[in-house]
Amino acid sequence: MSPPMGDSHKRFLQTMMSNGIISASQAAALHKHCCEIHGAHYVADRLDDFINIINAHLQSLFMHIRKGMSEEDGLEYYALVNVTETDITRMASDYADNELELFRKTMDLIVDSESGSASSTDILNCADSLQTKKLKKKETEHVLNKFVQDKWLNEKDGEYTLSVRCIVEMEQYMRTIYQDLIKVCHVCHNIALQCQMCENPICGIKVHLPCVARYFRARSDPRCPECGDFWPHEIPEIQQSQSQSSQNLPSSSKENTAPTPSRRSRRS
Amino acid sequence: MSQRKRAVTASQSKTKRRSQVSLDEDDEDANFSQITSSQVQRAREHFTTDQLDRKVAEVVQFILIKDQKKIPIRRADIGKHVIKEYKAIYSEIINRVCRKFDQVFGLKLVEIDPKNHIYILINKLEPVNGEPVSMRPGNPKTGLLFVILSVIFMKGGVIKENLVWNTLKKLRVDPGEKHDEFGDVKKVVTDEFVRQKYLEYVKIPHTEPVEYEFRWGLRAEKEVSKLKLLEFVGELFDQDPQSWTQQFREASAAETSS
Ligand SMILES: [Zn+2]
Ligand SMILES: [Zn+2]
Repeated sequence: MSPPMGDSHKRFLQTMMSNGIISASQAAALHKHCCEIHGAHYVADRLDDFINIINAHLQSLFMHIRKGMSEEDGLEYYALVNVTETDITRMASDYADNELELFRKTMDLIVDSESGSASSTDILNCADSLQTKKLKKKETEHVLNKFVQDKWLNEKDGEYTLSVRCIVEMEQYMRTIYQDLIKVCHVCHNIALQCQMCENPICGIKVHLPCVARYFRARSDPRCPECGDFWPHEIPEIQQSQSQSSQNLPSSSKENTAPTPSRRSRRS
Repeated sequence: MSQRKRAVTASQSKTKRRSQVSLDEDDEDANFSQITSSQVQRAREHFTTDQLDRKVAEVVQFILIKDQKKIPIRRADIGKHVIKEYKAIYSEIINRVCRKFDQVFGLKLVEIDPKNHIYILINKLEPVNGEPVSMRPGNPKTGLLFVILSVIFMKGGVIKENLVWNTLKKLRVDPGEKHDEFGDVKKVVTDEFVRQKYLEYVKIPHTEPVEYEFRWGLRAEKEVSKLKLLEFVGELFDQDPQSWTQQFREASAAETSS
């Protein structure tokens, strides 16, 4: 039997539910905050033990707090995942049928692509042939914005990629749907979409960009970790944010300054 | 609590109207009362523990998804979409669901309308003042809501809508303009908060042109502590909460009666 959850665990879980996904540094700060508020015993480097207690109780509900890495900056994140879903039902309550179809098509494009991204032009073309209900150009742009805002997609210069939240939460779904199309990173073993690939045709392993940066750091003659062939790609720099992240606080910066409400009080 | 009574009546008449257009869902609800004890017995033997566990998990997830949007949950919908053929052991499943909400999430499933069997989830963890947004469970719009609830409470429980809009304008939230944080403020207040049952927004009879008034909704009555709210107003005006004698009396009474 796992130990019962205290109020500190419950507050942590509630905050995870309303944020969807939090970075490892946010999670560490939240861990401290929750323990302090409820006077629970706090050990700074025991975040994973703390989360394991929550996960033990989530198991019977087919939910799980899972760690994942951002393909862009290599940072770690925690997301609350539903482990039963075989479809993107996680999004079903927030989007209309044709919006969900657009998301599936976008995912198809991204998984199929070599770069792990899809251009807005290609997505707009898809929107024209949706079976559920066509989306106009303006509507499509609006929906894409919503996907980005809700942290399902990332966008940079008109190129869309799957966010870390999307990959962590929908890993099971993606493996079921795309099967062999999905490759994992040779270094970290997570799903690899935005990555570099070994050019030896009988090898062809994939490695995330941040994983490439870390793996080849200080190696003057980069060779494939699997087959030993020369690694012909440019080795990316390790991103600044990887070291600065611990200071970053989440989305709070642009929050309104309205007073803290005391809704949801104890009485009921 | 005459206020609460008024709110209940208003919501019941609303549900009644709705039930006329969706008769099948109400049949669904009626099924619950026709279950006999021998049916319960047979059903319990029919399902394995694993199947029951799975049903409990499904109901928990169904309610959590509804709650994310603060949509009140109808028993008929739980029956129709999740419980299905397990209807005979509905109350056993719901009891276990309630225990999960309590032990795992710190939430409580409350029936706000016993006649039509409508539930909401409320938080059992104390809200923390000055908690950074990223660490606060919940929604950024609650600040806006809290201001409106305060105004209504301080003005005796019911106010004309203009007073709400003017108060918000003073706080530089113009209901006529698109707000960075809240979007269409008027829609959030009169539509979203009303659907979530935080506010009631009703036509004042015999007004020409038509005027509307605001009251606390059922969810606000259940979730928001009037004492806490009075403390907040006190801080705002740098005044002792007890100096508003009538409000303080009502707030204290509400706290002890629950
Ligand atoms: Zn990797
Ligand atoms: Zn290779």
